[in-house]
Amino acid sequence: MKTDFSRRQLIAAGAAAAALGTTPTLSFALTDSSAKALVDRIVKEINRVIASGKPVSSMIRDFESIFARYADVNIIARSTLGADSRRATAAQMRAFTDAFRSYIARKYGKRFNEFVGGKIEVKGVRRVKSWHEVRSTVYLRGESPFEVLFLVSDRSGKDLFFDMVIEGVSLRLTERTEIGAMLDRRQGNIDAMIQDLRKAG
Amino acid sequence: MFLASFVSGLRGLAAIACFGVLAACANPGPSHPAGEPFDPYEAQNRKVHEFNRSLDRAIIRPAGRGYSNFLPDDIETVIGRFAFNLSIPGAIVNNVLQGNGRGASQDLYRFAINSTVGLGGFFDPASEMGMPAPTDADFGQTLHVWGAREGAYVELPLLGPSTERDTWGKVVDVFTNPLTYVIDDPENYYGTAASVSSRLSDRGRYSDTIDSILYESADSYAQARSLYLQNRRFELGGTGGESYVDPYDDPYEDPYEN
Repeated sequence: MKTDFSRRQLIAAGAAAAALGTTPTLSFALTDSSAKALVDRIVKEINRVIASGKPVSSMIRDFESIFARYADVNIIARSTLGADSRRATAAQMRAFTDAFRSYIARKYGKRFNEFVGGKIEVKGVRRVKSWHEVRSTVYLRGESPFEVLFLVSDRSGKDLFFDMVIEGVSLRLTERTEIGAMLDRRQGNIDAMIQDLRKAG
Repeated sequence: MFLASFVSGLRGLAAIACFGVLAACANPGPSHPAGEPFDPYEAQNRKVHEFNRSLDRAIIRPAGRGYSNFLPDDIETVIGRFAFNLSIPGAIVNNVLQGNGRGASQDLYRFAINSTVGLGGFFDPASEMGMPAPTDADFGQTLHVWGAREGAYVELPLLGPSTERDTWGKVVDVFTNPLTYVIDDPENYYGTAASVSSRLSDRGRYSDTIDSILYESADSYAQARSLYLQNRRFELGGTGGESYVDPYDDPYEDPYEN
């Protein structure tokens, strides 16, 4: 059969290529070095925003575009909504994800002025379960350096980070508490919570 | 004289810890959902949280801001270092109790250098020389090392978020610092004054961060609880945090499935 044949062909081609050592392993496309390269790019862009000395509103915009480009906003948003994401409609999920991305940018972007004069350095990377954990150290003026982990996965089809962990505090888990509380305040009404989220941060 | 009272103090607290705390911290039980904070005293804790919040709004926040704006940053840093240096002997004792000889000797060197070359802890030549970071060991951590359970979450008046285990740790740490046994009365208050000052200074310095938790989050109690537990478990070296659950394997519908 045709499909069978083409599948066999693919397997054969794959085996041949693997024997020659030319194909990258398919299921583990994300390597230590590509995860680190991703975080290097993020850090470079963040350092550039910090050094730019632009007004806060402009830093927030820059931060939102970095977040949109390098973070898996879909999975972060879904995970902060938790079990409630199962009853959300596709339209609600889209509206929530959009509102969430801007909210994160406002909430964390407005704090960028605290980073002025500081810098982030990527230190190392290790594999944890299905993802890679890239370790970086943040140096701020007059502070002891502290550790920030970027958790990078390629399960979305692209190398993206899905969490930032600052001294053990996960952005995703912290925002899950926040979104959960916002939902409780609205008695579980997702649309009302999205309205609130657009104004929060 | 000092040594005798110190050793008998330690023996007393070790007894409290062994017979009391190891058994005293509440157990969540098997039906407790994973990833949820263990907070059976939530109703009481929320009352304390409201008290802490109103205290912060009325006194601590304005005092912290005033303090921070009044003093030059360099002076604040110096006072903070002085207070921290005085806390190191307590950390050394806790390292010893934990059997962490390396941590104890690292902290001992730091204390020796900063107390002498650093002019009584006003400066921090140890860090400038690239010595290992201070361990910050405390008795809550010692209890953890000894196998005590974390216990329930508690919010303490004035002191803020804690757990049952860390509350016992804080009580005992009043006695673990050997300096309180050697320094005489009037000088003893310098350290206390400096540590109160440095806490006020932190309130002023991290004003935006603390404000965003206490006054801008939808549920400041839940947020403070989450942040405290995550960070404390990190300090204790546990990776049991829920951040290590793959979100792509969540029981929720996978967005990449369709």
